[in-house]
Amino acid sequence: MSNFTSPVSNVLRRELAGYFATPVAWVFIVIFLVMAAAFTFYIGAFYDRGIADLDPFFTFHPWLYLFLVPAMAMRLWAEERRSGTIELLLTLPVTLWQAVLGKFLAAWLFVGLALLLTFPVWLTVNYLGDPDNGVIAAGYIGSWLMAGGFLAIGCCMSAVTRNQVVAFILSVVVCFGFLVSGLPMVMDLFSSWAPQPLLDAIAEFSFLAHFSTISRGVIDLRDLVYFALVMVVWLLANTMVLEMKKAD
Amino acid sequence: MSELRIEARQLCKNYGSLVAVDQLSFEVGTGEVLGFLGPNGAGKSTTMKMLTGFLAPSSGTALINGHDIVTDSLAARRCIGYLPEGAPSYGEMTVRAFLEFVARARGFAGKRALNAAGAAIERLNLQGVVEQPIETLSKGFKRRVGLAQSIIHDPQVLILDEPTDGLDPNQKHEVRHLIRDMAEEKIIVISTHLLEEVHAVCNRAMIIADGRLLVDDTPAGLIARSRYHDAVTLVVEQPERVASVLSELPQARKVELREGELTVFPAPGQRLFEVVSDTVRENRWAVAELRLEAGRLDEVFRQITRGEVS
Ligand SMILES: Nc1ncnc2c1ncn2[C@@H]1O[C@H](COP(=O)(O)OP(=O)(O)OP(=O)(O)O)[C@@H](O)[C@H]1O
Ligand SMILES: [Mg+2]
Repeated sequence: MSNFTSPVSNVLRRELAGYFATPVAWVFIVIFLVMAAAFTFYIGAFYDRGIADLDPFFTFHPWLYLFLVPAMAMRLWAEERRSGTIELLLTLPVTLWQAVLGKFLAAWLFVGLALLLTFPVWLTVNYLGDPDNGVIAAGYIGSWLMAGGFLAIGCCMSAVTRNQVVAFILSVVVCFGFLVSGLPMVMDLFSSWAPQPLLDAIAEFSFLAHFSTISRGVIDLRDLVYFALVMVVWLLANTMVLEMKKAD
Repeated sequence: MSELRIEARQLCKNYGSLVAVDQLSFEVGTGEVLGFLGPNGAGKSTTMKMLTGFLAPSSGTALINGHDIVTDSLAARRCIGYLPEGAPSYGEMTVRAFLEFVARARGFAGKRALNAAGAAIERLNLQGVVEQPIETLSKGFKRRVGLAQSIIHDPQVLILDEPTDGLDPNQKHEVRHLIRDMAEEKIIVISTHLLEEVHAVCNRAMIIADGRLLVDDTPAGLIARSRYHDAVTLVVEQPERVASVLSELPQARKVELREGELTVFPAPGQRLFEVVSDTVRENRWAVAELRLEAGRLDEVFRQITRGEVS
C-alpha cells in the first residue's frame, strides 16, 4: 500500500475494531434500526399510503441523523484528548490529515453498515409491491452521503472541546443549521432584507434540498459535489482545529 | 552506524502568558542517557512534547538527527520512540492488538508487524496479559505496555516521560536494566522524580526549573556539588565528646550532630577519611559505623531548584 493510504487504513481499522469492542456499535445499530422502522411504519404510515416506495423511510433519515450522528461523533477526538492518546497518535509517523481521514472513514463506513442493515425494509417493499429499485438505491446513496456531511461536522466539533456533551450540543446545533437552511422558517428570517443571491446561497446550503433530489432518484453531479465539498471542508476545519488546540 | 544527535535550539513554549519552556538549548549525542530533573511544572514534559513533534514550539526549534521537528516533523518522528506522560493507550484494545497497531503505524506490514509486537511483548514481560484489554491492567502493566510501544521499532532516539512511575521495585530494576542495555547505540532522554534513577541509568543530568536550564552535568558531578561530598559520618557512643575532639582537626571545617549521626565536613581541598579513622583508632572510641559520604543528590536538587545555599 502507498505511504499515504496505509496509515489511513491502519487508523481506520483500529477505529472500526474499537466500535465493536465497546457497546457503541451495538447501541447505535439497534437504535438506528428501531427508530428507522418506527418512523417508517407508524409515523410515515408506510402501509396506509398504498404506494410501493421507500419515501417515508428516507424522509426521516435527516432527523434521525441529526441526533444519532453527533452522538456517535462526539467521542472521536474528545476522547483522544481526555485519555491522552492523542499524544500517542500524533507522535506516530501519521499526519494529522491521515488521522482525521482514518477516523472519519471508519465512522462513515460504520454508518453505512447500519444503513445496509435496514435491508428488511427494502425486502418488505419488494414483497408488497413493485417499487423502482433504482430510486431506492439512489435514496440509500443520498442518505449515506448526507450522513457523511453530518459526521464531518460532528468530527470537527469533537475536536473543539474535550467535553463530549459540549461537542454533542455544538454539532447538533450546526447540523440543524445545515439541515433547515432551505426551509421557509429560516428563509423568512432573511427574505425581508437579504439580497436574492444571498438567499439563493443560503438555500443552496440545505442538506434537505440536496438529499431530496437524490432520493427522488435524480443523481445530479451537483448534489454529489455538494456533499463531497461539505465533508472535505469540515474535515479540513477539523485538521486546523486540532492543529491549533492540540495542547489543551 | 551514523552519529545520532538531538539539537535543541532556544526552544520556547508559552501557554498564554505562562512561559513553560524558556530558551532551552542543548545537544545530546549517541550513547548518552540524559535525565531531565526538575520540580513539578518545571517544563520537562512540555520539552518532550516539543521534541517528539506533538507541540509546535512557540519559538526556536530542535533537530533530531538533522530533521527539523517543525519543518520535517514526520522524518523526525520516525527516528523517535516516545512514552508520553502517564503512558496513555487505547483502553478497549488488547495489549496485542494495540502493539500491532503501533507496529503498523511504525511502518511494519503484515507478518513483520506481528513479529515486532511479539518482540516488544517479550522484552517487557507482557506474555501473561497479551489478550487482556489494556483498561483492565494494573497501573504498572499499563506503563510497561507504554514502554513496549515506544521501543517497538527499535528507535534511534528514545524519549521516556517518567518511565518507571508506578512500577514495583523488581520492574523498576528490569526497566532500568533495559534502558542501560539499549543505551549504547541510542540516545535516551528520560524524565524522572526519582533521584536514585538518575544515578542508576543516566550518564548526564539536566536540572530544569521554571522552563530554564539550571544545571547540565554528570550524575557524579551533581553529587560532588553536595556539601556532604567527601564528608565523613560516624555513629559512636558519646557523640558530644567525639564531636569536640574531631572539630579540633585542622582538616575539618565543621561538625554536625544529627539524629545520633555525627558528620564531619572537610575544609576545602582536604581529605578527611584517613584522618578521622586514625583519630578513632587512637582514642579507642566504640564506633558502630564509619562511612565516607559521596554526597546527597536530593540535597543538591533542593539547593539548585530552590536556590538554597549551603
Ligand atoms: N495545556 C496546557 N495549558 C496551559 N498550561 C499548561 C499546559 N500544559 C502544561 N502547562 C503548564 O506548563 C508548565 C510546565 O508543565 P510540564 O507538564 O511541562 O511540567 P513538568 O516538568 O513535566 O512537571 P511534572 O514533574 O509535574 O510532570 C506548568 O506550569 C503547567 O501548568
Ligand atoms: Mg511531566
